[in-house]
Amino acid sequence: MTDLALERRARPPMRRITAWDRLKVNRNWLGFWFMMPAAGFLILFLAYPLGLGVWLSFTDARIGRDGVFVGLENYQWLSDDAVFWMSVFNTLLYTGVASAFKFAVGLYLAILLNQHMPFKAMIRAVVLIPFIVPTVLSAIAFWWLFDSQFSIISWSLRQLGLIDANINFLGDPWNARWSVIFANIWRGVPFIAITLLAGLQTVSPSLYEAATIDGASRWQMFRYITYPLLTPIIAVVMTFSVLFTFTDFQLIWAMTRGGPVNATHLMATLSYQRAILGGYLGEGSAIATAMIPFLLAAIMISWFGLQRRKWQHGEAND
Amino acid sequence: MASVTIRDVVKAFGATQVIHGVDIEIADGEFVVLVGPSGCGKSTLLRMIAGLENITAGEIRIGERVVNNVPPKERDIAMVFQNYALYPHMTVAANMGFSLKLRGAPKSEIETRVRRAAEILGLIPYLERYPRQLSGGQRQRVAMGRAIVRDPQVFLFDEPLSNLDAKLRVAMRTEIKELHQRLKTTTVYVTHDQIEAMTMADKIVVMHDGIVEQMGRPLELYDRPDNLFVAGFIGSPAMNFLKGHIRGNGGLAFEGPGGVRLPLAVAPGASEGRPAVYGVRPEHFALADDGADAEIQVVEPTGSEIQVVAKVGGEEVIAVFRERHQFNPGDRIRLKPDPRLVHLFDEPSGKRLSA
Ligand SMILES: Nc1ncnc2c1ncn2[C@@H]1O[C@H](COP(=O)(O)OP(=O)(O)OP(=O)(O)O)[C@@H](O)[C@H]1O
Ligand SMILES: [Mg+2]
Repeated sequence: MTDLALERRARPPMRRITAWDRLKVNRNWLGFWFMMPAAGFLILFLAYPLGLGVWLSFTDARIGRDGVFVGLENYQWLSDDAVFWMSVFNTLLYTGVASAFKFAVGLYLAILLNQHMPFKAMIRAVVLIPFIVPTVLSAIAFWWLFDSQFSIISWSLRQLGLIDANINFLGDPWNARWSVIFANIWRGVPFIAITLLAGLQTVSPSLYEAATIDGASRWQMFRYITYPLLTPIIAVVMTFSVLFTFTDFQLIWAMTRGGPVNATHLMATLSYQRAILGGYLGEGSAIATAMIPFLLAAIMISWFGLQRRKWQHGEAND
Repeated sequence: MASVTIRDVVKAFGATQVIHGVDIEIADGEFVVLVGPSGCGKSTLLRMIAGLENITAGEIRIGERVVNNVPPKERDIAMVFQNYALYPHMTVAANMGFSLKLRGAPKSEIETRVRRAAEILGLIPYLERYPRQLSGGQRQRVAMGRAIVRDPQVFLFDEPLSNLDAKLRVAMRTEIKELHQRLKTTTVYVTHDQIEAMTMADKIVVMHDGIVEQMGRPLELYDRPDNLFVAGFIGSPAMNFLKGHIRGNGGLAFEGPGGVRLPLAVAPGASEGRPAVYGVRPEHFALADDGADAEIQVVEPTGSEIQVVAKVGGEEVIAVFRERHQFNPGDRIRLKPDPRLVHLFDEPSGKRLSA
C-alpha cells in the first residue's frame, strides 16, 4: 500500500512549462485565430475598396483611364466648389434633422406600441410597412405625393381652401429639402420604433409598479426609469440611424437626383454623379473620402455613448 | 401610522372572481400576516391595498380614509416586492432616496434619511453600489430600506424572503420582526410559509381560494383551528386526521378507522354515532399501555426530536417525541393522544365541533 503511494509520487517530474504551452492556453492567442477568418473577409471586402477609393481621390483617374498621382489637387478643386459645399450642408441638415425627428417619433411610437391596446400585434406589423417596402418603390410613391401637378397633398389642401395654387414640392430648393427629409423620416422611423420597443419590453413591469408606489408620475417614470434603462439601446440604434442617413443615396436619387439645381445633393449622390455619370473618378472619390471624417466623428461619439454602463450586467468598468 | 380596514372586498379579473368578500381589521401598529396556499389571492389582496389593482367591490380604508379611488402615491404606503424590483441603474442610495427625490425633498434631507435607514439595515458600506453588485440578502435589505426611508403609514411585504436560502431566511425573519418592533409601523406581510407566519405575526389571516378561513393570534390558530383547512395548514408536521364516529355508549370515545378507539375528553352535542374527523397534532401523542395499537413504518430522528410515521387502524399518522426512544421500523407501539388537546371536526363540513 505504502509502496504504491510512494511509487506514484516517484513518477517522472513534470515537464517544464514552455512558452508554447502557455501560448496554447492563452485566450487572446486563441481568440486571434478565431478572429482571423472574419478579419480576412473584412480586409478583402471592406478595407480594400475603401483603400482604393482613398487612393483614387489622390489621382486624376477618369473612367476607362488610369490616373496619375496628383496629390491634393482634387481636394483643392472641391474646396472652391460651391456645389460641393452645398452638398456638405445638405448632408448635415438631412442627417441632423431627420435623425432627430426619427428618434423623437420612433421613441414616441415605441412607447405607444408598448401600451396595452386592441389589435396590438396587427398595429405593430403595420408600423413596419415603411421599412419593408423597397426604398425605390417608396421613393416613387413620394415622388407622386410631391408631384407638382398631381400631388394629393396639394389637391387636398386646395379642396380645403387653404391654398390657391399647387405647392411646388420638389421644384423649389427648400421645399425639396424638407420633402426628402420627410420621406427619410417616414422610412426610418419603423426601424427605430421597433428596436426601441424591443428595448422597452426588457424593462421589468415591477419597476413601474415600484415607481408608482414611490410616487412617480408618468413623466417621471419615463425620465427616471424608462429613459435611463433604454440608453444603451438608444445609443446603438441612433448610431446606425445616423450612419445610414449620412450615407443615404437611394431615396434622394429616386426622388430628385440631387435637383432642383443641386439643391438636394448629398455628398453620396454628388460623388456618384461626378464619378460615375461625369466620369471623373478622382473627384468623385475625393467627395466620398471627405465623408470619412464626419463618419468617424459620429462613430467616436457613439463609441463613448455605447460604453457599458456601470449598472449593466457583465464584467469590467467597475 | 394607521389602521387598515378591509370590508367585503371582492376582486374579479374579467369574468373570474378570485377574491370573494374578505373582511379584515388591522389595528394601528399591528403586524398581520396573510398566509395561504399558492393562488389563494394573497398577492392580489395586498396589491389592492397598495392600489396596484382596483377593487371590484367592497371597501378598503387606511386610517379613516376610504382609498378605493385614491392613487397609490397618495395612500402613503410602501411595498416590498418578491423580486425586490430595485432600479438597476441607480445606486443603493439612489434607490432608497428615489421616493423622496420625486417628492422634491431637499438633498440634505434625502441624504440624512437614507443614511439613517442604511444604518438600521447595516447598508452603510454598500450605499454607492449598484443592485447587481449585491447579494440576495443585501438586495432584500435595500428593498426594505426603500420602504422605511419613506416612513409610511403602512408597510406591505409580498413574500420578501422567498428568494433567499433557508438560513438567510431565518435571519431576515428576525430582522424584519425587530424592525417592526422598533418602528411600530402597521405591516401587512404575505407569505405561504406557515412557519414565517407563526413566528412573525401579531395576527395571522389564513386565506384559501379567495376567502378568509380564520384569523387570530398565532397560538389561537394553533390551539383552536376553526376548520379542517386551518388545522391542516398551521403546524409542522401537519395535524393528523382520522375519520370515524363519535361513540357515547360505554365511555366517551372516538371510533376511528379499523375500529380503533381513541379517547375524547368532552362530547359535542348530539354525539352518539355522529360522523366526524378526529384531529391530533404529532406532538400530542404519548406512549401508553392503553393507547391505540400502531405499527412503525419510518423513524426520522432530527436530533432534537424523533419523528415517527406509524400505521393506526390502517391510516398513517405522524408522531413526534422529544425523548430518544429506541424505535425501529416494524415495531409495534401504543400511541395515546392527549384527550384535552385533540380536535373534532364535523364531517363533511369540516367545521370545528366545539367541545
Ligand atoms: N392579472 C390577472 N388576471 C387574471 N387572473 C389573475 C391575475 N392575477 C392573479 N390572477 C389569479 O388570481 C388568483 C390569485 O392570485 P395571487 O397572485 O393573488 O395568488 P397568491 O396567493 O399570491 O399566490 P402565490 O403564493 O403563488 O403568490 C390566482 O388564481 C391567479 O391565477
Ligand atoms: Mg403571490
